[in-house]
Amino acid sequence: MAALAESFGRGAMTNHWNDIKNSDCILVMGANPAENHPISFKYVMQAKDNGAKLICVDPRMTRTAAVADLYEPLRSGTDIAFLGGMIKYIIDNALYQKTYAANYTNAQFIVNEKYGFDDGLFAGFDSQEKRYDQSRWAFETDTKGVPRRDPTFQHQRCVFQLLKKHYSRYDLKTVSKITGTSEEGLLAVYETFTATGAPSLSGTVMYAMGWTQHSTGVQNIRAMCIIQLLLGNMGLAGGGINALRGESNVQGSTDHALLFGSWPGYLKVPRDSHKNLEIYNKKSTPISNDPLSVNWWQNYPKYAVSFLKSMFGKNATADNDFGYEWMPKCKDGRSYSWWKLFQAMWHGGIKGFFAWGMNPAATCGNVNIIRECLTRLDWMVSVNIFDNETSAFWHGPDMKPEEIKTEVFLLPACAWVEKEGSITNSGRWMQWRYTGPKPLGESKSDGHILMDLGDKLKSLYAKGGTFPDPIHNLKWDYTTNGEFDPHKVAKEINGYFLEDVTIDGKVYKKGTLVPSFALLQDDGRTSSGNWLYCNSYTEEGNKSERREQKDAPNNIGSYPEFAWAWPLDRRIIYNRASVDLNGQPWDSRRWVVRFDGQVKDGKYIGGKWVGDVIDGGGMPLQHPDGSENEGGRYPFIMRAHGLGQIFGPGLADGPFPEHYEPLESPIANNFLSSQRRNPLLRYSKKVDLPATDDPLYPIVCTTYRLTEHWQTVTRLVPWNLELQPQVIVEMSPELAKMKRIKTGERVFVVSSRGKLECTAVVTHRFKPMKIVDQTVHQVGIPWHFGWRWPAGGKEGSANVLVATAVDPVSEIPEYKAFMVNVHKK
Amino acid sequence: MELTRRRFFQLTGSACVGFAFGGLGFDLSPIEAHAQQFKLEKARESKTICPYCSVGCGAIVHTRIERDQRILNIEGDPDHVINRGSLCSKGSGLYQFAENENRLTRPMYRAPYSKEWKTVSWEWALDQIADRIKKTRDAGFIHKNDAGDVVNRVTNMASMGSAALDNEECWLYQTLLRAMGLVYIEHQARL
Repeated sequence: MAALAESFGRGAMTNHWNDIKNSDCILVMGANPAENHPISFKYVMQAKDNGAKLICVDPRMTRTAAVADLYEPLRSGTDIAFLGGMIKYIIDNALYQKTYAANYTNAQFIVNEKYGFDDGLFAGFDSQEKRYDQSRWAFETDTKGVPRRDPTFQHQRCVFQLLKKHYSRYDLKTVSKITGTSEEGLLAVYETFTATGAPSLSGTVMYAMGWTQHSTGVQNIRAMCIIQLLLGNMGLAGGGINALRGESNVQGSTDHALLFGSWPGYLKVPRDSHKNLEIYNKKSTPISNDPLSVNWWQNYPKYAVSFLKSMFGKNATADNDFGYEWMPKCKDGRSYSWWKLFQAMWHGGIKGFFAWGMNPAATCGNVNIIRECLTRLDWMVSVNIFDNETSAFWHGPDMKPEEIKTEVFLLPACAWVEKEGSITNSGRWMQWRYTGPKPLGESKSDGHILMDLGDKLKSLYAKGGTFPDPIHNLKWDYTTNGEFDPHKVAKEINGYFLEDVTIDGKVYKKGTLVPSFALLQDDGRTSSGNWLYCNSYTEEGNKSERREQKDAPNNIGSYPEFAWAWPLDRRIIYNRASVDLNGQPWDSRRWVVRFDGQVKDGKYIGGKWVGDVIDGGGMPLQHPDGSENEGGRYPFIMRAHGLGQIFGPGLADGPFPEHYEPLESPIANNFLSSQRRNPLLRYSKKVDLPATDDPLYPIVCTTYRLTEHWQTVTRLVPWNLELQPQVIVEMSPELAKMKRIKTGERVFVVSSRGKLECTAVVTHRFKPMKIVDQTVHQVGIPWHFGWRWPAGGKEGSANVLVATAVDPVSEIPEYKAFMVNVHKK
Repeated sequence: MELTRRRFFQLTGSACVGFAFGGLGFDLSPIEAHAQQFKLEKARESKTICPYCSVGCGAIVHTRIERDQRILNIEGDPDHVINRGSLCSKGSGLYQFAENENRLTRPMYRAPYSKEWKTVSWEWALDQIADRIKKTRDAGFIHKNDAGDVVNRVTNMASMGSAALDNEECWLYQTLLRAMGLVYIEHQARL
């Protein structure tokens, strides 16, 4: 998501599921929707029926690959090399969408003289601290602070020229050597996908954890963002970058900030140096002096103050900075992600731990270490529908309960179907769910448990305690007749007018719901628990409950009144880039928005946008006579400069993606530079024990999901377990022959961290690859299991093998590429 | 051929009456009709969204009005514009995810160094948890950093979770954690 935010402004799937049918070419890379998002594949097949091409690139021949027009394997962990080759192909053959690249992206911006790239390192590398001085990558600006630009792309230091130079090294031969994909195969993929650079054609990409779970995860996605901006595919129906989220509400839970670094709606968590609200707002609000840039984040203080009003209600006042000081601050530059969390736990710094609807002892990297960490706690609370490896860690393999002090509270949560509330799918659709049966036994909804716990804490702190203010002042009135009431919270998330407010001559009465985040205020007169969801629950009602069957007039599958989509019910984000400079669609058949303007003497004198909810207001950038429109607005309104970022100076590990080998890889060298690994890569040297070019661990391993299972949950569902009852390891017949292994035999897969017993599946889905003069074998293991279920404890977690190495920006572990060996039991 | 309960649901759960005949070699239409009537008369209908992947498919839940008031069946919602009634290999088994014998139904507690779970009451469990939170928080609360800046954070407690919560619960959850002062807040999005 960090890559999408850096490139376009928001960290979310840009289009939505039904929209995939509109595409002319679908690249599936780092995902396997036919098996993991099966219903989405209906729209892929519809696109194919309409003549679209389906391309699949994956180390393993998946069911997605099986129906693709073009399937090419690659060595796991080499996606940037693969995509870098495509960038070079686009530039060499001038296949980019010229008007789009010149006007809607920062390809024309000029980068300052201090930027450079040499032998795998960008300018400003501090080898001691292992970080970059990102100020070396800044744009050159004019006296007003607006980036200088060269729309002809001739300037030596313009982004386009730097891009060209950077990827000039990614020739077919080198890319083939790294990825193991044949030169013909690379060329076929490049030719097919880049054809969507034609203005009237749209190409999309579907990716998932196959891209994120690498030590270069964020940059894998950045590479594709660059391609989509060059080809002019962002904003179009059938275009965009579609991140396939793995869980039903991982989008919503991220929007609502269940991550250390953000407050709801992607506001930033305050840091130590943000001593008061004014400093915090100032540091968090980007500035643009370009009159054509909407720079939507200039509204930041309105959203921050409205959030604090939702947190603390009437106790948040202008006099006390709206309770800003009651909110915890994070150390400047410090991460509190899962692996920092477990490092702290390992060293005894964490005494109490909540695992709320989560099973880290089966799902984190290097889980043997995670399980050991749990023994060092004083207490743990696990809230779940089932007992699992986390709550039961104290009687797991190699554990001695009589020596483990950790107290464990296991609270039964009810099932999704026994409560009411909303979830947000990958396509940003917020959908309401209703109550079927009552909670089973004594189980309760998470909302109910939270309310009860909050009440208990409030009454304890009413009697005194350390710094009771935030707990005491917390607004906590979300029950009706003693029961948790999700409607009350949904309304709080949307936000209220707290006084009569007059905006543009219209009076909004106190106590009414705010109809749009454009009306939120920074002076405490409005509340909004999450500005991004403002408009979801208004005086018109709960929009996530809508089930209107009518499609958009040109049947592009956007169903504008079915459920509700953030932001402001917009179905395709960045839709402003789907039109030309005059505001007319690049593709008139599958148009998303268009400007219906009143024209006088070749100039727009008024008019309105029709179709999807337009991204930002204002007019098209050009008048019908081709002159510049001062009332025009750039398309990427969430970026300060209003343009899609081909050059992304905001990511810690580089403004352009560069290929590095995974933490563990079968080859000793990076063929592109002397930097073998991501220079900012972080891993725990003591527990990860990286094996590279190591004869003990010569086989590349990757992990994935099966179509019969979901996460670590469905192994408890007898029907699903019957379909896939065991941990398997898939391997090629060539490797199986070498190891004398037959399908159905139990084998051990070992890495430098752990050992897992699996049932062998010998299959042509994997093929040995030629990497230079070396034959590289790859195997794969689904990760759905763990010792607790199924009963008997014979099916362990694939994550005992995985390192804790993380991407330096997202801190997602490298589950998708590590080294192992396989032998018979 | 014995018509098992499972097979019955597989066939009657489908909206395609026409296929029933081919599947079993005899005409199931009367049973289909009976099942439809049964669902209408003896069950309450509610709509839901699949809790598994992020596609967001719609499903219809039939809950028995009488007796145990438990779920009778879950099937794809034909009026849902994403899935139009279809469900995948996981979604088709949703019934068994909710009606599952392995589900936890009572709060449990494992004391230090104990080898077993003990069933406890909600009241007791939440009292104990609130007590542990308060003791831990009060012992480790960091009011100011070394430079003297007010930071008001708690680093001796951590929480992970959850994309399995509803939006409203997520919002409430982060609200409570942040009021407690937690900074170690993490969930599946990063894993």
